[in-house]
Amino acid sequence: MKKIIIGLLCLSFTSVAQAVLKIDITEGFEGALPIAVVPFQWHGSRKLVNGDVSAIIASDLARSGKFSPVAEKDLIARPHKLADVHYKTWRIAGMDHIVIGSVTLQRDGTYQVEFRLIDILKAKQVLGYSFSATKDTIRTVAHQISDYVFTHITGMPGAFGTRIAYVTVKRSKKNSSSRLQVSDTDGYNPQTLLTSNEPIMSPAWSPNGAELAYVSFENGQAEIFTHNVRTGVRKSRAKYKGLNGSPAWSPDGKKLAITLSKDGNPDIYIVNLKDNKLKRLTNHWAIDTEAVWLPDGKSIIYTSSRSGKPQLYKQSIRANSRPERLTYEGGYNASASVSEDGKHVAYVHGEGNIYRVAVLELKTKSSRILTDGPLDESPEFAPNNSIILFASQERRKAVLAAVSVDGRQKQRLAFTDGEVREPSWAAVRH
Amino acid sequence: MKKIIFITALALSIVACGDRIKPDGAVDDGSFADDPNGGATAGGIDGAAGLGGTELEGGKLVSYEENAINDPNNVLSEKIVYFGFDSNAVGDDFVELVKHHGKYLSFNVNASVRLEGHADERGSREYNVALAESRAQAVKQLMLYEGAGNEQISVISYGEEKPAEFGHDEESMSLNRRVEIVYQ
Repeated sequence: MKKIIIGLLCLSFTSVAQAVLKIDITEGFEGALPIAVVPFQWHGSRKLVNGDVSAIIASDLARSGKFSPVAEKDLIARPHKLADVHYKTWRIAGMDHIVIGSVTLQRDGTYQVEFRLIDILKAKQVLGYSFSATKDTIRTVAHQISDYVFTHITGMPGAFGTRIAYVTVKRSKKNSSSRLQVSDTDGYNPQTLLTSNEPIMSPAWSPNGAELAYVSFENGQAEIFTHNVRTGVRKSRAKYKGLNGSPAWSPDGKKLAITLSKDGNPDIYIVNLKDNKLKRLTNHWAIDTEAVWLPDGKSIIYTSSRSGKPQLYKQSIRANSRPERLTYEGGYNASASVSEDGKHVAYVHGEGNIYRVAVLELKTKSSRILTDGPLDESPEFAPNNSIILFASQERRKAVLAAVSVDGRQKQRLAFTDGEVREPSWAAVRH
Repeated sequence: MKKIIFITALALSIVACGDRIKPDGAVDDGSFADDPNGGATAGGIDGAAGLGGTELEGGKLVSYEENAINDPNNVLSEKIVYFGFDSNAVGDDFVELVKHHGKYLSFNVNASVRLEGHADERGSREYNVALAESRAQAVKQLMLYEGAGNEQISVISYGEEKPAEFGHDEESMSLNRRVEIVYQ
């Protein structure tokens, strides 16, 4: 049955011409919560091809790794109203929750979207909302409903309604073109923020989801920008001699940790966004780079080659603080991403020629390898702490993929054209 | 792979014929390392820099005339230095090549180069940018020892963002771990 769900999901995505990313769920859903998302009833309109609300909700929940939605053809009933729900039947079928709803075309051409989340064991409606949507916003509304359902059942914030940023590259023998793209979290509605014949790297969302920081070589050297996604206003934040890389927003959104080599070799600095003033954090002859913040804003984790090979270190941002080494296994541990609850660090673990995503539990210092490699990189936690996005190579093509923190679920977000890399998932939609 | 083997052979032949090819008598002068800038000036004025050049057994000339970098028969026509995995050490096979470029700069004070550091695709992108910069810096240091001026050399690192080869095999990756010497 699990296999069947996968097939249906693929079908519903590939049939949409507008989609750029295609989501494939490549492994099963052991331990995921059963839920039935009953196809919504459409009044006054045929189902919108790009706005099939219930299908969007089902695929969001499946992608979260926390839910296992029932395949449409395996549904035991298709109620649209609360009065039509037979709790006992659903309970026997092993369902904890069901989602029902409708979409109604209004006279002014807008759509009214209603949904109800029903707790089968409690035998009652636990959530119910009505939204107004247009053809252009109906997917966003569907993602919002996914967030409501996810948050209510898991107690964790949903992040389906936010956005992801990533870099795509189209190459030819003579030149290459890089694009900084922003899309919905399922890959729909891709928009290009920046196009350049020179590399674009390391996009990172500000904590409020309004701005992206990134590295662009468009002016003949590495330069760090912040870019307001809505207004398009962009500011240069660092253009020093040598490296300008690895921007990471502080949790309060007021500072960036960055890597500069202006004083000789790569070290970590903090730039205050109010006045672009710098504070130096590390001072070592080895490479220090890829800083990320812990949620309390008091410490960072970064990659350093001070032991001879790249390893992860944790250090307070107070002056003259000593680094604490976090990784010891293997000769290559780099590119950390901290979960929003501060409990886990995802990173690239290299052994021999195999590079895989691993996760470290900060409290116990125990680590686990999550992916198969051989060229996995750029791991980044999704805001709900349960999924790690990463870039991977498959049959000579770069793809985005996702893995759950327990390693049990893997998904591929395949890109249809060129290379895609360096995913960053916004915590909030601005 | 061919390229690497070829350069290796070339570098060996230079070493082997060391006595015969010295173009200016200043090659083994230790003062270069002690005082790079002074050494560069002295070599440029006093040395019979690259006049005529001398043909090597490998068929390449060693001379530091102004247009030598554009001469496909000159040793300076090789402008790429390759590196080992996760290493910024200029290998024995390339030390002589880098030294020749350093000397060229010392004899042609108006010439300037940009050293473009690159990495293979393995591992993290930002670490690779840092690693590739350290490769370019290692090449720069060697050039400075040969008398090149600090202001003649600029460094940029692209990490793994601009591969020379697009394959994912060991050979492609070895060709991507490089510093390109680009005369401006």
